[in-house]
Amino acid sequence: MFPPIPNPPVTPTPPKFGEADLIRRSASSVPQPAQHLTEVAKLIDVSKCIGCKACQAACLEWNQLHEEIGINVGSYTNPPDLTENTFTLMRFTEWVNPETDNLEWLIRKDGCMHCADPGCLKACPSPGAIVQYSNGIVDFVHENCIGCGYCIKGCPFNIPRISKVDHTAYKCTLCSDRVAVGQGPACQKACPTQAIVFGTKEEMKGWADGRIKDLKSRGYANAGLYDPPGVGGTHVMYVLQHADKPSIYAGLPDNPRISPIVETWKGVTKYVGLAVMGFAAAAGFVHYLVAGPNKVTEEDEENAERLTEGTAPPPADPAQPQGHA
Amino acid sequence: MTNSWTDIRNTDLVVIMGGNAAEAHPCGFKWVTEAKANRGAKLVVVDPRFTRSAAVADYYAPIRQGTDIAFLNGVINYCIQNNKVQWDYVKAFTNAAYIVKEGFAYKDGLFTGYDETKRDYDRSTWDYVIGEDGFAVVDPTFENPRCVWNLLKEHVSIYTPEMVSRITGTPKDKFLKVCEMIAECSSPTKTMTSMYALGWTQHSKGSQNIRTMAMLQLILGNIGVRGGGMNALRGHSNIQGLTDIGLMSNLIPGYMNIPTEREKDFTTYMSTRGFKPLRPNQMSYWQNYRKFFVSFMKQMWGPAATKENDWAYAYLPKLDVPSYDVLRAFELMHQGKMNVYFCQGFNPLQAFPNKAKLAESLAKLKLLVIMDPLQTETARFWENHGVYNQADPSTIQTEVIQLPTTCFAEDEGSLVNSGRWLQWHWAAGSPPGTAKTDVWIMSQIHLRLKELYRKEGGAFPDPILNLNWSYKDPHEPSPAELAKEMNGSALTDVFDPNDPTKKVLEAGKQLAGFAALRDDGTTACGNWIYSGSFTEAGNMMARRDNSDPDDTGAYPKWTWAWPANRRILYNRASCDIDGKPWDPTRKLIEWDGSKWAGYDVPDIAPTAKPQDVGPFIMNPEGVSRLFARGMMREGPFPVHYEPFESPVANVIAPKIKGNPVARVFKDDLAQFAETASPEFPYPATSYRLTEHFHYWTKNNHVNAVLQPEFFVELSEELAKEKGIANGGWVRVWSKRGSVFAKAMVTKRIRPMTVDGKTVHVIGIPIHWGFIGAAKKGFGANVLTPYVGDANIETPEYKAFLVNIEPSTGPVA
Repeated sequence: MFPPIPNPPVTPTPPKFGEADLIRRSASSVPQPAQHLTEVAKLIDVSKCIGCKACQAACLEWNQLHEEIGINVGSYTNPPDLTENTFTLMRFTEWVNPETDNLEWLIRKDGCMHCADPGCLKACPSPGAIVQYSNGIVDFVHENCIGCGYCIKGCPFNIPRISKVDHTAYKCTLCSDRVAVGQGPACQKACPTQAIVFGTKEEMKGWADGRIKDLKSRGYANAGLYDPPGVGGTHVMYVLQHADKPSIYAGLPDNPRISPIVETWKGVTKYVGLAVMGFAAAAGFVHYLVAGPNKVTEEDEENAERLTEGTAPPPADPAQPQGHA
Repeated sequence: MTNSWTDIRNTDLVVIMGGNAAEAHPCGFKWVTEAKANRGAKLVVVDPRFTRSAAVADYYAPIRQGTDIAFLNGVINYCIQNNKVQWDYVKAFTNAAYIVKEGFAYKDGLFTGYDETKRDYDRSTWDYVIGEDGFAVVDPTFENPRCVWNLLKEHVSIYTPEMVSRITGTPKDKFLKVCEMIAECSSPTKTMTSMYALGWTQHSKGSQNIRTMAMLQLILGNIGVRGGGMNALRGHSNIQGLTDIGLMSNLIPGYMNIPTEREKDFTTYMSTRGFKPLRPNQMSYWQNYRKFFVSFMKQMWGPAATKENDWAYAYLPKLDVPSYDVLRAFELMHQGKMNVYFCQGFNPLQAFPNKAKLAESLAKLKLLVIMDPLQTETARFWENHGVYNQADPSTIQTEVIQLPTTCFAEDEGSLVNSGRWLQWHWAAGSPPGTAKTDVWIMSQIHLRLKELYRKEGGAFPDPILNLNWSYKDPHEPSPAELAKEMNGSALTDVFDPNDPTKKVLEAGKQLAGFAALRDDGTTACGNWIYSGSFTEAGNMMARRDNSDPDDTGAYPKWTWAWPANRRILYNRASCDIDGKPWDPTRKLIEWDGSKWAGYDVPDIAPTAKPQDVGPFIMNPEGVSRLFARGMMREGPFPVHYEPFESPVANVIAPKIKGNPVARVFKDDLAQFAETASPEFPYPATSYRLTEHFHYWTKNNHVNAVLQPEFFVELSEELAKEKGIANGGWVRVWSKRGSVFAKAMVTKRIRPMTVDGKTVHVIGIPIHWGFIGAAKKGFGANVLTPYVGDANIETPEYKAFLVNIEPSTGPVA
């Protein structure tokens, strides 16, 4: 049994990380933090998962999300896709192993992978709408989000979703609010079989090694850890029975990479880049005004105006190290 | 459970058959994952469907529903043929060597003594030869052809791998692979645990399903040991408590019996409850029955229960039938013979079979009282909900009174888990609106009835007027007061029977355990098996010390387990005949030369010499039974019987339909489909899903999101044959009703070959109805047959016949 994370003290504790620990901020720069936090990670062991959806329920409840009651479309995957309220989703795949002709019911908990090199953040044109902490958590800051949807394009895992209500993007926060007070994510806390464990990234890799050894002893010769290098590794990792074929797990990318368009965009000089970003943001803003009824905060308005008028905050300095990606 | 949830981590092999632990017991399932992690344990799943448990199993084998006995008899046969038997255990701790009476025989699916008109047996030959010394005759050499072992060997010999495959539809190679994995556990240092639930109980021969596995576990030497056992995963958080407390029509607390009509007085009642040992030196613990019974009567009626009036024996109801189980109750309602029904924490319109019959029955009642924290379909049976409940309120005269109750989180008390742990809990919230505790409601009814009897008299007011009701607040006894009564107390000073000057108990003090009970009226105890749970040392059930010396998985100071805080039943059997553990690395208790001691409370007298006294102390034999004598209605050995609705005739006894001794009411017989009916060609099975808990959580938004709409599961092959699209509508119907559902077309169900014929199984989850947050749907019990297990009347929800067609869905 992985040592459980003890319950928090009853007295309020100051957050263990915050603004000062940012290593990346979308469309803007941050000062290099004085210290680098230990990187955290959530490890999802698909081979121990029983698909009970306790994680999904805990996510809805902790984050006070109200998902709609859908219909049955012939699957245990409910709702059928991630939504702005469903940050995590159990995806069920029936796969017949061609080598043994045995059926395997692969159940993968889908959600944000918290990439070390986050495509969403790189694609985001709105300053400070997406941030990355030195512990590896990638978080969305809704008051800064302009709802352009570029984060979805930038994400190699197709995770963020735009709310039809407030037109900003949502995804798993790795329970940054809980982690900030020394707790693990709500999904991890709720998991009855410890298919989800949480700790430092190093600890998680070590725990995964033991699990992979066990799986190999049970005949899963290709068991392995999913921590894809194409995105610099992730802070949500999987133990897979068939790590040589990630895509059989409901389309988990075999070799995820940030789209070349996003990379090119990030590669151009800062002035050109800024101009492109400003234009893209403006386009995005216009798009979301047109897209439907809006409830935009004053701050959104201000940000948008700043962007359209070309008075964006100082752009990122390419000379400045942006984390360790 | 003979063992506990936490003990499952000590096993080498988990067999999930007749249950789906990952699906229905996800929290308890963590102990399976622990066993895999800690001991490299393997998990085998045998089920008609590839379930969530199968998803994490090392090996999966399909089986047609209702054929578990054939499968398990086949495994027993395999073990015997391949000498995979823990011989020292079988010889010392089972009745394998006992000689069976002449006349007992088995032929064509029946044992000696069958009476077809009564659907019952004369069981007089189903017993041991008793010697002149009054004890059962045994042959330790097993040479006597009439010894249990030889009869068993012959009985299971027909269940060859070929025959098993022909009956069950399990491919022979898969059956043999499961046999091999199980047979390894015949080693004294390897154990297997059986985790089962409603997949075994909900058959017309449910008790025999379980018994067959218990026999296999005995042959493998897996009862009483760490990581072994027969582990019933209970379906409600306190259903274990329900049976312990005797909330059955034929029981009083602690698994004692309500008298029958024939037992007119206490002497007659006790005359068949002597429990004289069948072998020398045996404890035969039920010999203390009188102490448990008299103490119970003293708790119930206090000073009104005296030696002179047979401890108020006359106050107890006397049964004129074996039991007033739920099926009988609704049958009586249906016949207009039962007019008032109290429905407390129960939603029978959803939970019991043949919804149409249930609805007709409820409509014949004069008064229906519902006590429930939730709105239930039963409370609204009279309301029209279109196709989902086609009632016509204008024709229904039943008066329905709904009394809203608190739920478990709004009240304090104990819940008994599957491992027999009585876990005290405290209120986490206040009840909403006018909801009251069940205790308050029952007290009000009692006090008002008592007042009516006092004022107006009646045919027999004594049991009500004299009921012991000495609570601080008579309107609402506290959970602690009630728990203390369960534990029991001394009514007067109690003296040592061997030394009358020695006071062993002081009047008014809580008892330390059931060993202190007396049959002379000096002790009171509401439930002898709970004695020790609330002592002078306090509420043992509220203990929260999770220390576990040497990591045995016993957690002896966490809450309290009945009986006597014993965590593993029959634990003396964890040692060999000399009292040394079979597996020293999994020591539980051992004999130190003068007494038994160890990690668990010994399930034997502490000074009982290992060679003399057998571990199965509740049995007069002192050993366990491979041959059940007359205690099971179907016979001393399990036989494969088909479900009452089956796609094939019984291969081993083609003339027998269903279980030959199951009770069937006349009208229900007419509502069974023919064997191999072309009208209803598909065997269906009903079950639970992780996302929901019975019919409660459809009231909860989050659960409804996770599994929103009623569906049925079928194979890709059948879907293709019928033109059914995944996610499309289908209609499914049985001889009793019809439902519309979404189709889940899946690879997890595959056609099976049974007796040369292709059989398609259809899976039907149970959780939808016409009340709640989830989408309206149909209960699976619109379709299920109205027949129960022959011994305990649990309905046959797991195997029945249906037909299916594509549909455009229900028309509102």
